[in-house]
Amino acid sequence: MTRPLRSSFGVGIAVTFALLSFVPAPARAVTPDEIMSDSKLETRARNLSQELRCVVCQNQSIDDSNAPLARDLRVLLRERLVAGDTDQQVLDYLVARYGNFVLLKPPIQLSTLFLWAGPALFLLLAGVSFGRYLRSAAAGPRQAAPLSAAEQTQLEALLDDRRSA
Amino acid sequence: MMAEAGYYAVILALFISLAQSIVPFATINRRASDAVGFVCQAAIGQFAFVAFAFACLTYAFVTSDFSVEVVAANSHTLKPLLYKISGVWSNHEGSMLLWVLILTLFGAAVALFGGNIPDRLRANVLGVHGLLGFGFLLFIVMTSNPFRRLADPPPDGNGLNPILQDPGLAIHPPFLYLGYVGFSMAFSFSVAALIAGKVDATWARWVRPWVLAAWCFLTIGITLGSAWAYYTLGWGGWWFWDPVENASFMPWLAGTALLHSALVVERRNALVSWTILLGILTFSLSLIGTFLVRSGVLTSVHSFAVDPARGVFILLLLTLSTGGALLLYAIRMQNLRHEALFSPVSRESGLTLNNVLLSIAAATVFLGTFYPLIFEIFTNDKISVGPPYFNRTFVPIMVPLLIIMVVGPMLKWKRDDVLAAFKRLRPAAYACLLAFVAVFAITFGHNAFAAMFMALAAWLVFGSLTALTTRIRLGSARLTTTLTLARNTPRSFYGQIVAHAGMGLVVAGITGMTAWATEKIDMLRPGQSLELSGYEVRLRSVGMAPGPNYDAERGIFDISRGGQPFTQLVSERRFFPVRQQQTTSAGIRTNLVSNLYVVLGDPDANGAWAVRFYYHPFIPLVWIGALLMAFGGFISLSDRRLRVGAPQRSARPLVAIPAE
Repeated sequence: MTRPLRSSFGVGIAVTFALLSFVPAPARAVTPDEIMSDSKLETRARNLSQELRCVVCQNQSIDDSNAPLARDLRVLLRERLVAGDTDQQVLDYLVARYGNFVLLKPPIQLSTLFLWAGPALFLLLAGVSFGRYLRSAAAGPRQAAPLSAAEQTQLEALLDDRRSA
Repeated sequence: MMAEAGYYAVILALFISLAQSIVPFATINRRASDAVGFVCQAAIGQFAFVAFAFACLTYAFVTSDFSVEVVAANSHTLKPLLYKISGVWSNHEGSMLLWVLILTLFGAAVALFGGNIPDRLRANVLGVHGLLGFGFLLFIVMTSNPFRRLADPPPDGNGLNPILQDPGLAIHPPFLYLGYVGFSMAFSFSVAALIAGKVDATWARWVRPWVLAAWCFLTIGITLGSAWAYYTLGWGGWWFWDPVENASFMPWLAGTALLHSALVVERRNALVSWTILLGILTFSLSLIGTFLVRSGVLTSVHSFAVDPARGVFILLLLTLSTGGALLLYAIRMQNLRHEALFSPVSRESGLTLNNVLLSIAAATVFLGTFYPLIFEIFTNDKISVGPPYFNRTFVPIMVPLLIIMVVGPMLKWKRDDVLAAFKRLRPAAYACLLAFVAVFAITFGHNAFAAMFMALAAWLVFGSLTALTTRIRLGSARLTTTLTLARNTPRSFYGQIVAHAGMGLVVAGITGMTAWATEKIDMLRPGQSLELSGYEVRLRSVGMAPGPNYDAERGIFDISRGGQPFTQLVSERRFFPVRQQQTTSAGIRTNLVSNLYVVLGDPDANGAWAVRFYYHPFIPLVWIGALLMAFGGFISLSDRRLRVGAPQRSARPLVAIPAE
């Protein structure tokens, strides 16, 4: 999904660059000549492609993007697989050259600890407060404070009035 | 002239909104009937002027008045009329005007149709709403004026991005805005309640129709966006966890929680603080979404306007409104604490758990969307958070929620027994088990996940049906009793059944598409064919086919199944000379359960064309299910009980008449 960038002169260059690299409405971009003959390797390549970001596009994987750089990365990826790298080695190879930005699945390291642990932490916190809330709800409203002696006499007077009326 | 008139109307609306926000709070200690008349008229007036301004802008686009800057930047004489009109909101300035139009529309609706809302509440609500309108009108006047003129009008405009020249996308923003701008009304209600220091069942009764309406429209808006992406972008992708998609999804999650939470306040006068908080947060998430899209802060396929000044303004608006509301919440919530009494197994607890899980889901999406930004600020390095992250974190949170969605409505208020509830759900449990076994068997045990999620889908659909059959006592009472019960069941119950079943279809659709979609890519010359999933796709011919503002290469494909001709599909590669851009139009054949999808790709030097053929099982169910959810919401909205007035204190004192 895209919306047009505001075409004012100030961002004209950015727009042009984006338009050049991001051909709108790309087809899933693997071309027949990239497809490898070994189908197991090809499946691995496709799966890995979906986890790699096209770094010059606006939020697409290299599997989805038509940009020339995406194509280069797809070809590079396949070369590494043919050379015998494992999936993790291929990813490391690309991260060494393009940085962590190229990974669509953020790396699990100290600086992303909160990112990965966050949801579980939310669940835990929520679970604890939910438990406490249920317990207080089951206990019901707090009991009213007992009546003072003056209030008790007032109450009895009112009740007597009602009985005699 | 019209553009100037439009601009003047915006400024008038700005000052009306200022008056609208001051009067209720200046007269807060006087009788509400003094203020409410003025405030209602102000709300209607504000809407009228903004509508006029919007009409002026539309007129400029339709008549191709290129002396207006946004028209020159985004329109063209050759554009078809529909896209000239939708061009009004496909740029930043115009879309902000649409935003404010809908904001004032909801205000006017409360003024016109909220006659049975108590005066003081209505005055306060419209007062807060006026403040929101003031902020956004100020934003338009100061940073995003759509009526700016060019000193040197060009002979023709820049045209519209070809991807946007599509009927589905033309109506996607209005629906989306009706949704997440509509939640501004829930925000106004929440803040008004905090100001008055009173939240009770009647407040929930008044706020619920507005939340429901906004929610339905947001559901439709998101569905339209997804369906459009599917048929336009060329490979059948329908959700990307793109920041701007998340920006509309977070309010949806929070809004769903708000909807259910208000229900508990209305029926049992519990969960009050949560409901108020959700009312504030849902709209805040909408504002954050606006900030995301228009400030250039995050790279996304959607980035609207890259302008720091606008970003700062929206951030300021966001801080003031959300910060102010949350501060008020912190101060006032002590006074509004309600004590509810319910057991750990009851419908209240089910709905509370629903709230909790939806809030966590929204928080997770928020975390994933904003983490790259925070990361970049603190470490000067960039990371990406994409679908692999969300699939691993969002889905595990949704699974227990989907299970509870069926159990919750079957629980009784206040206290119930879990085993008894499950016993009532036996038909659904059988269907669930059956689905699991069937799918597991069909896939030869290869795909346990798919089996599990299909079972979940069956659980949802049959659980909803079971809730209905239990209530109308189908099979356990006489037919006439059943029919009477069916007739007397309130519409909101039917709405719930339809919406929850719709969710089941969505789960089935996602599962089918994720697990069993297949594709084949090949180079074909005219006359050659490829085969996939029992279908044979033959490229018949590729010829030229001009369009209104594009030139196209059209590929015609004959599809046969089992040797018999099945259908013919057309895929085009369109070239738009004005913008020098190319798009691809896919050929799709749907039977509302599965799709065949064919795309014409690049040619090679030898006269062969790249052809991609996809088989997409169950994907239409995603959108049909989502639309069903919205439809269920509309059914609920038509429930008479949402329009009944509040009991008013009678003027005459009651006189006791002794029994004769």
